[in-house]
Parts: sequence; C-alpha cells; structure tokens
Amino acid sequence: MFNKKFLKHYYIMLIPAFVWLIFFNIVPMFGIVMAFEDFNPGLGMWKSPLVGLKNFQYMFEMSDIRQVLVNTVVIAVGKIVGNLIVPMVFAILLNELCIKKLYRPIQTIVYLPYFLSWVILAKIVLNIFGFVGPINSIIAFFGGENVNFFGSADMFRPLVIGTDIWKNFGYNAIIYLAAMLGIDQSLYEAAAVDGAGRFQRIWHITLPGIKMTAALLAILSLGNVLNAGFDQIFNLYNPLVYSTGDILDTWVYRAGLVNLQFSLATAVGLLKSVVSLVLITLGYWLADKFAGYRLF
Amino acid sequence: MKERSISSDIFDIVNTVILVLIGLLCLLPLWYVFCVSLSSKEAVNAGLVSFWPVGFNLNSYHKIISEGAFFRSFLVSVQRVVLGTATSLICILMAAYPLSRTAHQFPKRNIFMWILLFCMLFNGGTVPWYLTMRNYKLIDNIWGLVLGGGLPVYNVILAMNFFKNLPAELEEAALVDGAGPWKIWFSIFIPLAKPSIATITLFTIVGYWNEFFQGLVLSTREANYPLQTYIQQMVVTLDYSTMNAEQIAAAAKLNNQSLDAAKIFVAMVPVLIIYPFLQKYFVKGITLGSVKG
Repeated sequence: MFNKKFLKHYYIMLIPAFVWLIFFNIVPMFGIVMAFEDFNPGLGMWKSPLVGLKNFQYMFEMSDIRQVLVNTVVIAVGKIVGNLIVPMVFAILLNELCIKKLYRPIQTIVYLPYFLSWVILAKIVLNIFGFVGPINSIIAFFGGENVNFFGSADMFRPLVIGTDIWKNFGYNAIIYLAAMLGIDQSLYEAAAVDGAGRFQRIWHITLPGIKMTAALLAILSLGNVLNAGFDQIFNLYNPLVYSTGDILDTWVYRAGLVNLQFSLATAVGLLKSVVSLVLITLGYWLADKFAGYRLF
Repeated sequence: MKERSISSDIFDIVNTVILVLIGLLCLLPLWYVFCVSLSSKEAVNAGLVSFWPVGFNLNSYHKIISEGAFFRSFLVSVQRVVLGTATSLICILMAAYPLSRTAHQFPKRNIFMWILLFCMLFNGGTVPWYLTMRNYKLIDNIWGLVLGGGLPVYNVILAMNFFKNLPAELEEAALVDGAGPWKIWFSIFIPLAKPSIATITLFTIVGYWNEFFQGLVLSTREANYPLQTYIQQMVVTLDYSTMNAEQIAAAAKLNNQSLDAAKIFVAMVPVLIIYPFLQKYFVKGITLGSVKG
C-alpha cells in the first residue's frame, strides 16, 4: 500500500548507493567527450579542442585496430560457443553418473578454478605450459622437441579459449544441472520400460529438458561478442603473440594508460562500450520476448 | 527398476572414468603449484617436479614470512576486502529495500531501476575512468581500491529480487503494528534474507580479493599494491622474441619458481578457506538471479 510518509525514508535509503553510483559510475562517463577531442592534459577535459569524429576516422584507418578487432571477435565467439557446449556436455555426463557418492566431490572440485583470479591461474597455466614445465617434460619424455606454447602466435587463441573454458565450465554447468533437476524422473522410468537406451534417454528426455536453458544462455551471451576477457589475456600474452592475441581491451590499456594516447584510446573504448550496450540490450529484449526472462 | 545391459555398463564405466579425469584436470594444476612450492629450487628448474614434491623443504614459506613486500601487499588486500565488503553491503542492502517496493508504493522506483540498469550495461571505458580517479586524488589511496569499481549494480538487483520474493503478508502485518520502513527493513527483511546476504557477501569478498587491475593502475608505489597486483608484477616479463631456446631456459633458471609458487599458493588460501561456505550458497545465488519471472 502507498504511504506518503515512507517516501522520504525510501530516498534516504537510496542515498549511499546512488552517491557511489554518481561519483564512480556516472561521472567517468562524461570523460567520453575526450573521444571527440584532441585531448591535452594541460588544458583539461573541457578546454581541449574538439575534433569531431577525427579519432574514429583515424581508428578505422589503422590496420592494427582491424587486426585487434578480428582477434577480439574470434576469441570472444570461441569462448561463447565453448562455454555453452562444454558445460552442457559435462552436466549431462554428471547427471548420468552411476556412483552417486562421487557426484558432490566432482562438482566441488570443478567449481574451484572459477573462484580463483586470472592473475593466479595465468601464472599456473604459464608454469604448466612453460619451457621447463610438466607438459614439456611429458613431450620430452616421448622424445619430442620442447614447445614454447605461449610464445607461439598460432597456439595462443586455442590456449586462451581452452583455459577459459577450463576455468568456467564447472560453474556454468550449475544452471544446466538445475534445469535437469526440474525434469520429471518418471519420464526416464517410462522410457526405460519402453526399452530406450542410455543415449536415447539423453537425446529424447534430457536434451529437450535443458533446451530452453541453453537457448536463453546463448541469447544472453550475445553481449559478450566484444568481450574477449581482459584479465585473462593481459596475464597470459606477450609481444610475440600480439598478432593473434591482442584484443580491444588490452589495446586500449596500452594506448591509453601506457602510451598516453588518451583520445584515441577513449574512442576505441567508447566504440566497444556502445556496440556491447546495443548487443546486450538486444539479448535481453530477445530473452524477454522468447523466454519471458526478466532481470527485474 | 533398472534395465541392465552390457552397453549400459560400459557407458557407466567410461562415464565415471571421464568424470574423474575431468575432476583431476581441475585439481592437478593447483596441486602442481603446491608441489612446486614445497620442492627445492634446483629440482624445479631441472623440470623434475610433476605431481609430487622433489627435495621437500619449507624454505619458500620461510622466505615469504621474512619478505616485507609480500606481507605488506597481503595487508593491503585484507584492508581492501574488509572496507569494501562493509561499504558494499551497506549500500546494496539499503538501496535494495526501496527498490523492491512496487511502483505503486514507490512511484519513482522504475526511474531508479533504469538508471541502475544503464550503469550496469554501459561504462565510459578505461581512460576516462582513470582520469576521473586521478581527479579525485584516489591514486595510492585505499579508498580508490574500495570504491573504484563503482557500485556493484548486479548485486543490488540480486538483493532487490530476494526482497521482492519475500511474502507480502509479513510486511503488511508489521505495518498494522505501526512499524516504519527502517524497522521493516532491519528486523524483517534483513533477517529473512540471510542466505542471500551470505551469497552476496562471499562473492564480494572474492571479488575484492581477486581484483588486480585497479591495484595496478591506481598505485604508483609497490607498497600500495594489493596482493593480486603484487603477484601479477612478481615475475619480470621476459622478452622471448629476442631469445633462443637455451636463453629462455637459462632465464627461467634465474627465477626462483619455488618461491613464486609459494606466493601464488598463499594468495589462493583465503579463497580456499571461504570456498566451502561459498559453495553452500552460490548455487541459490545464481539460479535466483537468472530465472526470475
């Protein structure tokens, strides 16, 4: 029920969160004006000369930006597809596990990498694939040549996509496993009576049961097409693999905060933010329209 | 009633083996770091350590204790987690209550929701953010590391959804008893939302603990690095492009990998400690956040 006296208190309750929001989310947004300026730190954000769309024009003429864009989309799409399929397959296998005592321990273990930072996991990954690491020891044991995994431009993308799936699949499987709990168990019994085999039961009962979940996750991941994962790549890459592994976020970081090309870096960052916003909004809209999904 | 057939048995065996291998795939890399940290430097550099310590010793852990920089960064991280979690929880829980009211009870609710949603989906990018932080004089300041990430909007929405799902009768009964919004919020909503508050708290702790990028760009002195940034900067980046295979191997030998591994392991410990608690709650956390009518 509506109570006018309560309104004042509602606003007071919103103050801390919205003060934080205004100063640390909204104020930085005004900085995007730099994308349309030839920003000069001496003159500041509001007095630097305006140059219109020159930064964007320059950006599209740069060949390395085009390469960076390709890298970003290839890695991001690879991750999206892998992070949809691998957790699903894993969840199906786990659901079919016959030794129920193993269910919990396996689930507990596979979640773990999700909660560790890329700083730590990247160090571990670099060690394991390192020149004197265990993988190379195994290769040497079988008489092969040592491989410089993270120094190779050809291997960088598969390694990045693979290690990202490794980190996240356990966590991503939770939603599929929750959907499988919702499947009526009597369907499996009825199918068994009718003589359906394991694969037929998976194909005709489990998969249709999680179809909607998978579709929803696919739609919602649309917003990640330009999100190749800064934390991971920043901690794994080196100049040898820039040609295949440099992504928009790492490029913006180097251009803006290392080489101090503020305006150009802001323009590239803005382009990414806007395209992502459009894609996420489209994703939410589709999810609402076809699956009735609402964030609030 | 289970139908037994040879093909089904084979499936079960293969499936179990695959799942155990997948489990090992997630556990062994972490176990490997632990083994390296307990092995002698020489054994690690010779590539002898795989999944059991070689030349067992605790030297690396002794060195960590005597190394001031590591300990200092550890404290920066602890401070950041404590301040950040407290600040976040206060802001999230206070804002979630009015936002969980219907548009009838709180007519401006939807405007605030749209502002939040926009801020969740859009940001100005790294450079404007950094310059803003510099204008605020939050470089080398612990509050930069606490507030720099902005309001955790997703958690506000999560908490709001939890509040919204509590039965309306509880609130109506309290209103009849003459309770005001603060009392309803504090003595009815918060106690009932304990599991969800636990979820948000644990995720916030892990989030602050794991963050390294803000620590890197908002600190000009190593003494102010949080632990993840310290770890990130720990190994001097080598330029492999100018080296041949022998030089790379030689450069690797200069690093004390055992010590590095010990630092990495210690940085994992807090997450490993709260992990059992996390696991209890986070399943609820993400399913509620995702499938909501």
